[in-house]
Amino acid sequence: MGAMAPRPLVEVRDLQVSFVSREATVSAVNGVSFTVMPGEVLCIIGESGSGKTVTMRSLLRLHPPRRTVIRGHMRVGDHDILALSERAMNQVRGAVISMVFQEPMTALDPVYTIGDQIAETVIRHEGGSRRAAMARALELLNLVKVPSPERRLRAYPHELSGGLRQRAMIALALSCRPSLLLADEPTTALDATVQIQVLIMLRRLQEEFGMGVIFVTHDLGVAAQIADKVAVMYAGRIIEYGSVADVLLRPAHPYTLGLLSSTVHGQTRDAEIEAIPGSPPDLRALPPGCSFAPRCRFAVPPCTAAFPPTALAGLDHAASCLQIEAVRGAVPAHADA
Amino acid sequence: MSGALVEAPPAADARAQGVPAREAEPATRVRGYWGNVWQRLRYDYATLFFLFVILLIVASAVFAPLLSPFDPNKASMAHRLKPLFYHDNILGTDEQGRDILSRILYGGRTSLLMGIVPVVAATFVGGLFGVVAGYAGGRLNTIIMRSMDVFFAFPSVLLAVAISGSLGGGMVNQLITLTVVLTPPLCRVAETSASQIRSMDFVDAARASGASTVSILLHHVLVNVVSPVLVYASTLVSASILLASGLSFLGLGVSPPTPDWGLMLSTLREAIYVRPIVCAMPGVAILLTSIAFNLVSDGLRQAMDVKA
Repeated sequence: MGAMAPRPLVEVRDLQVSFVSREATVSAVNGVSFTVMPGEVLCIIGESGSGKTVTMRSLLRLHPPRRTVIRGHMRVGDHDILALSERAMNQVRGAVISMVFQEPMTALDPVYTIGDQIAETVIRHEGGSRRAAMARALELLNLVKVPSPERRLRAYPHELSGGLRQRAMIALALSCRPSLLLADEPTTALDATVQIQVLIMLRRLQEEFGMGVIFVTHDLGVAAQIADKVAVMYAGRIIEYGSVADVLLRPAHPYTLGLLSSTVHGQTRDAEIEAIPGSPPDLRALPPGCSFAPRCRFAVPPCTAAFPPTALAGLDHAASCLQIEAVRGAVPAHADA
Repeated sequence: MSGALVEAPPAADARAQGVPAREAEPATRVRGYWGNVWQRLRYDYATLFFLFVILLIVASAVFAPLLSPFDPNKASMAHRLKPLFYHDNILGTDEQGRDILSRILYGGRTSLLMGIVPVVAATFVGGLFGVVAGYAGGRLNTIIMRSMDVFFAFPSVLLAVAISGSLGGGMVNQLITLTVVLTPPLCRVAETSASQIRSMDFVDAARASGASTVSILLHHVLVNVVSPVLVYASTLVSASILLASGLSFLGLGVSPPTPDWGLMLSTLREAIYVRPIVCAMPGVAILLTSIAFNLVSDGLRQAMDVKA
């Protein structure tokens, strides 16, 4: 019947972001392409400096325009992000795309109450009276399960705990029912127990609202909790992409394999945790070929000649590696973690 | 018991536990930013006391005509340089036989004017340039801040003397001089905090929720810059009074018959071996005023710190 594939909510093609300063040009993102379907959660995994946050901020055009060069194509809903005027972009920000920041401590303005901050966004995009906006804010605080929301509405950010602050931040991001939510390590600054509560809540809200979510994290456990699809980034490129089960249980790229074996979860007790030797490449002068090759134990000479093409490692599972078969052979056959 | 009150766990309804209403109230009542500042100031008795002292000084200057026992400009050759409590001249008389107390009361008008007007003007000018420089960054920041640095290169007294000397004496010129001298430091304070705030996540968060640059500047940057700038400005009031006194002392301020604390010190210094205590009286007035302003600004800084 429905032969036509549904249109993705987000389409990013060959995104390149570089920061230009007088001394050097830093290529933070080097040709990233991905899509997110409506109601899908894409997790971008990578270490610090791999370009995951930069990719996400580009979707909102939050980078300082004078010092940033963005090339490629980005579409969210019906909006061509790079073609919009600043004024039109302000209509998109917060209403179509909104963002949850990593540090709830600094992402809320210390001189306004939580209610004021949520109401500000509601009024900006939907107009209406302050009273109505406050009622909406209260509703949102209820939605994100903030205890005694009436009181918290009038609280200043510093009066709330980290977990509550992050919930308030999420309420703020959801205030205009965005179709795409960007979450930049929203649970990294929280305790482990609070982390899981916030993750479960985000997943529930995402299903309730039918939002697409792009979730950036460096924590594989968090990714396993929340993601439908996973994209692994290294040195500004997506080096592996696939469903969460494929990527985390049957990795096809040596870097993903390295990440998995360097976590505590699912390892035998008392076993030495493996570390990936070497350090990430200098983004000011990327080596030709695969950026991971210098650290890779599967590397062969052709790896350093040119960036390896994307190869399918399964249905809807792709990796940019010449040695997928060798990596597959090295995946430990441990029971499903 | 009291420890639990601070955190107020959501499960425990404070009122159900029979907690006095007064303690449960602050968390529930709506209070703006200034409401919070006042709440903290209320229990800071030292600050309140010196605030009262400032009010007294201001009132005594305003009501000088009613309070003064003598005409401040009426000289008397017979009663020159009399000691404290000489007949009705409670604080003695100066080298022309004028009543010191009356002159101090009238002189407060000039000195307070010199303390407050230049600071207010400099807060506006310096604050504006500072916020623009701090938020814009880049080349505009360089242009504004390096121009300010030119003024920083001179010691403030020297700069004031230079400007005052080229403009000439008189009250208006003195006010202009003080404003020019006080603007660069205020500009720097505003610039520092604006550029700090610009890189805070909540500015990005506001942009990410669709706020325009103007709205970010007005609602997020300015509000956060106001408290450090105001606090710093209040410390400058006493500096400004001292600077104005210094200028008058050097003869670059208001012209002689007008009573002014600095000018009085200047003319009385010749009589310092005759009546040392009487000569110190205008100095005492300056000291008291500047201490009061300094301590109040200290208290204000504590009260305006939102995160305290």
